[in-house]
Amino acid sequence: MRAVLAQASLVRHRARTALAILGVAVAAAMLLDMVMLATGMRQSFKELLLTRGFQLRLSPKGTLPFDTDATIPDVAGVTETLRRNPEIGEISPVLGGSIHIPIGDRDVSASVLGIDPSVQGDYELLYGRDVRTPNAIVVNDRLLRALGKRVGDTITVATGYDPQTRSYSGQRGFTITGIVRFLYGASDQSAAAMERQTLKQMNASSPLRAGDRASLFMIRVREGGDVENARRWIESRLPSVSVLSISTALAQVDQRLAYFRQLAFILGTVSLFVGFLLVTTLVTVSVNERSGEISVLRAIGVSRIHIVEQIVIEGVVISLIGATLGLVLGLITARYLNSILSAFPGLPMAIDFFLFQPIAAWSALGLLAASGIAAGIYPAYRAASLPIAETLRREAIA
Amino acid sequence: MSEKSVIVSLRDVRRDYALGAERVHALQGVNLDVEAGDYVAIVGPSGCGKSTLLNLIGVIDHPTSGTVAVDGRRVDSMNDRDATRFRLHNIGFVFQRFYLMPILSAAENVALPMAEAGAPKEERLKRATELLSYVGLERRLRHRPSEMSGGEQQRVAIARALANRPKLLLADEPTGELDARTGDEIISLFQRLNHDGATLIVVTHDEDLATAARRKIHMRDGRVVQE
Repeated sequence: MRAVLAQASLVRHRARTALAILGVAVAAAMLLDMVMLATGMRQSFKELLLTRGFQLRLSPKGTLPFDTDATIPDVAGVTETLRRNPEIGEISPVLGGSIHIPIGDRDVSASVLGIDPSVQGDYELLYGRDVRTPNAIVVNDRLLRALGKRVGDTITVATGYDPQTRSYSGQRGFTITGIVRFLYGASDQSAAAMERQTLKQMNASSPLRAGDRASLFMIRVREGGDVENARRWIESRLPSVSVLSISTALAQVDQRLAYFRQLAFILGTVSLFVGFLLVTTLVTVSVNERSGEISVLRAIGVSRIHIVEQIVIEGVVISLIGATLGLVLGLITARYLNSILSAFPGLPMAIDFFLFQPIAAWSALGLLAASGIAAGIYPAYRAASLPIAETLRREAIA
Repeated sequence: MSEKSVIVSLRDVRRDYALGAERVHALQGVNLDVEAGDYVAIVGPSGCGKSTLLNLIGVIDHPTSGTVAVDGRRVDSMNDRDATRFRLHNIGFVFQRFYLMPILSAAENVALPMAEAGAPKEERLKRATELLSYVGLERRLRHRPSEMSGGEQQRVAIARALANRPKLLLADEPTGELDARTGDEIISLFQRLNHDGATLIVVTHDEDLATAARRKIHMRDGRVVQE
């Protein structure tokens, strides 16, 4: 009966209830988006790092992978050292750089990764064949479009471009064998990959990049191996490199994303508070309008607790319907905002700012349900505390 | 008047209100006994304390001093929880403005106090049907208040007041919102209820309703002045 009376109160002023639900839905959508934003980027980054199962990354001391042009010398020596640890499984050295591809009178530039195709963890093949020969190159869709070429076409690729003399230190012909998606690449980035040995040869005449170098090593620890043990072991054996595990990488990301989380927390709290105020206002107005009716219910023997329950149900119903609508609205807006933010220059395409996680949705829903209950408590207390005789007397005079 | 048959007993009851800075003495030492099966009309000019007296008997207000007993129980100092339960099982209220729940049907409105008392659904429906038949609304069971006339709504309110078989039926200006013909229907209904054993106390300005009662109590300035 209490649920019926609560429903009766809500449908009595349909337009007002609908507007309140809409208001709660907007607040809920914002809350969900903020919860998704607060946790999504970190989770997305973690998933990205774990995509290919490489748990450790080695970069020149004091740098993050590809943060600078610095490289680790003596790849063979480093690899040999790493092989001595039985916990270490696959080792994937990657050499980064930039290339220039003359097309007619144009010059298309792109970033390039020199990889070992058997253990690479930087891209996934979308079409064609992977790099299997020294003269094979795979490119991303953006670069292919910039070149105006197709898979199977040949191109001339140059490295070591000197803008002052407009000359190159290395030049070589390649066949485009496939289209790939770079896992860590930005959406606005034209990129290609070739064998590391080939890139090494092309860099041979560059004083800064000649030799057996790598910008980064990606390391997969064997199943059952302890990643942190392996990290400590490498740091002790190779003092010239920084070893980044997923947890240390995430700690660094956390540090860099503190601003996002604070913003998300503040906006989420504001939206929760707005939703709370909306529901409190609506239910309080509704209780004030029905004070006579409520007093009569009390007079005929309806207990205070049942009046409280009825009013709280009203608040919870508004909050839950609003939250459910807000969930849908939040997902739509998150998707839209994510598409805008993901296109931000320099950010890996695979990073999601708003990552849907069921726990985030349940958290938002739970918070709103709790705020719905809290929002109903004040008007419910007012309703249950109405002096019956006095209220009926006022009603009679009115 | 035998002590056993007295259902309402008030002794030196006073009720003061604060009205701004002023102190209003709504009741000033009222003594009253009502026997079971009686039909009492309380009359007097506006503001003389009629409704205040009814509210004290109905346990929706407390006296400033004095004692109020209903069905042998002191109700003047009951806490809210006990007072609510007491009202639910012992008192039936009829108000001038009916105060039916707009979203509920006539039968659901009548069943409301029974639901609060924890009666099973079938029993509630059966009794609501019986009561609505008693007040002549057997064809209006599923109608909502907005689909009924004022007289019909007041009859539903009377049926609701009888739902939990109360020992006492209290009515505050029950014909105040009705035209003369409909008011007469309610007066007849009250007479029939009293004839069938109900104890009624009615506050009214309606001379016809007061005349229909067995006892008429006149009040003035918070006192019973004539009976």
